[in-house]
Amino acid sequence: MNLPLAFFGGVDPWIFTFSFITVAVTLWMGFRSAKSSKTASDFFVAGRSVSVGWNASAISGEYLSAASFMGVAGMVMSSGYDALWYPVCYACGYLFLLLFIAGPLRRFGAYTIPDFAEGRFDSPMFRKIAVCFVLFIGFFYTMPQMKGAGVTLAYIFPGLPYWVGVVLVGAVITLNVALGGMKGITLVQAVQYWIKLFAITVPVFVLMAVVGFYNGQIGANLAPGETAPAASAAQASAPSSTGIERKPLVAKAPADTAWIAPFGPLTTKAVNAAAAALPAEQRAAFLAEHQKPYSLVYTYSLIIALVCGTAGLPHILVRFYTNPDGVAAKKTTMWVMILIGVFYVFPPVFGVIGRNLMPELYSGVGAKGTDKVVLELPTLISAKYGVVGSILSGITCAGAFAAFMSTFSGLLVSMTGALAHDVYGRMLRPKSSSAERMVAFKLSAILIGGVAVTLGCFVEPLEINFMVGQAFAIAAASYFPLLFMSVWWRGMTMKGAATGMLTGGLCALGAAALTNLGTLALDKGPMGKIFASFAPLNGFWAEHPLLRILCEQPAIWSVPLAITLMIVVSKATAAQVPADIRMKMLVLHAPEKLGLKQEYIQDHQAGAGH
Amino acid sequence: MSSPTPNHDDVVHSEPFLRSLMRRQLALSIACAATFLVALLGLPLLNYFAPAFMATRVAGFTLSWLILGVLFFPFVWIISYIFIKRSLRLEEAEVQQLRR
Repeated sequence: MNLPLAFFGGVDPWIFTFSFITVAVTLWMGFRSAKSSKTASDFFVAGRSVSVGWNASAISGEYLSAASFMGVAGMVMSSGYDALWYPVCYACGYLFLLLFIAGPLRRFGAYTIPDFAEGRFDSPMFRKIAVCFVLFIGFFYTMPQMKGAGVTLAYIFPGLPYWVGVVLVGAVITLNVALGGMKGITLVQAVQYWIKLFAITVPVFVLMAVVGFYNGQIGANLAPGETAPAASAAQASAPSSTGIERKPLVAKAPADTAWIAPFGPLTTKAVNAAAAALPAEQRAAFLAEHQKPYSLVYTYSLIIALVCGTAGLPHILVRFYTNPDGVAAKKTTMWVMILIGVFYVFPPVFGVIGRNLMPELYSGVGAKGTDKVVLELPTLISAKYGVVGSILSGITCAGAFAAFMSTFSGLLVSMTGALAHDVYGRMLRPKSSSAERMVAFKLSAILIGGVAVTLGCFVEPLEINFMVGQAFAIAAASYFPLLFMSVWWRGMTMKGAATGMLTGGLCALGAAALTNLGTLALDKGPMGKIFASFAPLNGFWAEHPLLRILCEQPAIWSVPLAITLMIVVSKATAAQVPADIRMKMLVLHAPEKLGLKQEYIQDHQAGAGH
Repeated sequence: MSSPTPNHDDVVHSEPFLRSLMRRQLALSIACAATFLVALLGLPLLNYFAPAFMATRVAGFTLSWLILGVLFFPFVWIISYIFIKRSLRLEEAEVQQLRR
């Protein structure tokens, strides 16, 4: 590390210590487990021997990303009720995974999703398509993690440029993954889940004990139809009727009634922008007619994207292959839902308290805005209890580090697995030895880590949680329909699956890209200049708010589109259903005890050029 | 893995066995999914058609916030617990049925 010493001037020693310990422990555990990762199976699926408890912790650790740790709190603070759909659907999406996909997928016994795609349809061609999507979704998902890294480091070291954090964290994780593979990171991620839970709950409870509980903090905001007490609560910093202290809101903050009620600023943004472009006298009528119906569409589309997307994230799915069998896969999923659910109750609390006590964050943009409320809020206690505030802030920083490090390592492993196993081991050099594959794994990790860091440097103006939502929308329209249909419908053919997955996924990708280009064009920093030519797009959105919503949240049309295409094309090419389909279905659905199980990839053959 | 006995093999590989295997598990999955979806997709509708009711205060929370931000998590845990229990019992029954 060659950071100029000047940066250490404004650094809080507690925050630095806690963050440093998290990074050091991560690296140490990575090095330690690197020694026990010896075979290709260790690298790709952790030897298929991870117990339910470890695996559930590891999946939860991997899943709770920077978006969960910082983004959800920031979004609840900036958008209110509507943002609650994110944590709820992030957690509940696992139910779909449990009900329809987890058990059968594990029983099939592949290494990666592209393995499953090839095995289920006997089609090497389909493997190539599936690999591309692993990389697409993966990169979309790494960008917000990288932003989390940049924001957190810039917070810890005031004055440090955003990109330094991205490069530093990217390098540490890439090293870790290259050394230990899947087996190495399973342990790291499991521990990181507990760090994150600790880092979110302890500060929340201390804060609530000092400034007032969750319900009281929400109670301080007026719901629609309620009237303010005599001395308007929003103006005076004196205790309001509920006994909760509030600071006056800044101009940029949404009003109480819009914030606390459904169909608030998040889901009505497009309609409001459209209304602002109209002549003043038409605005009220336009809003009355379109605002609520359009935001209902937005809400449903968001729900579909998050629930189906969770069940289609390649880096989560690949973890189910590390279970010993299908029963363990189902039990793991249930525990993941419990671990994740417990965590997700808390980030919104930060958002709510932040709204009442740190409204100045509303004026900030990008890394200085509401996204950092989790890191900043504990310092409030410093005024009363001195060093406790710094310690708590140090703990949340450590949690944030754990968040983007564990998710990024999981993404890196799944993308590296796709590149090393599917592209190198299956397409380029099918006869390569186990040792050669491990070298390929390490080189792929470095390559993908490099690309992810580069992409991460470009996304500072975009909201963390929003970017994650888009990754989910792409996964929801590509992998979810593929897995759901090919596990439960025998009539599916390769052509049907490929058409549906490609069309759904690419439509969602294109729609997400269009919205991002418009947002980037509005940025006041250097990104705005690069993307300035896309500014007219925003004029188009203002004229067509419904189109804007359908582009920003494409799941409501892209998921049904993908499924319909799969059915129609499969019916048209019904002659191409794999001949041994009954056996394949039996392997997917029969309990292991019947003695049918055949690992699609035989572990002991992995080295023998299988 | 031990290879199954030939007789047992015939039943396992028969069409009716696979059909009943998939149908039973899928019926269970769909029942659980339906319960979940009614709640998940119903909540926005309630927010849309009964905004005043959903804004009722319950211990400081609005009703809608309480349901979504707090109560939804345990609701999903219950569904998944019931699913796991029944699904494992189904698998056990399938194995027993073949051993007889």
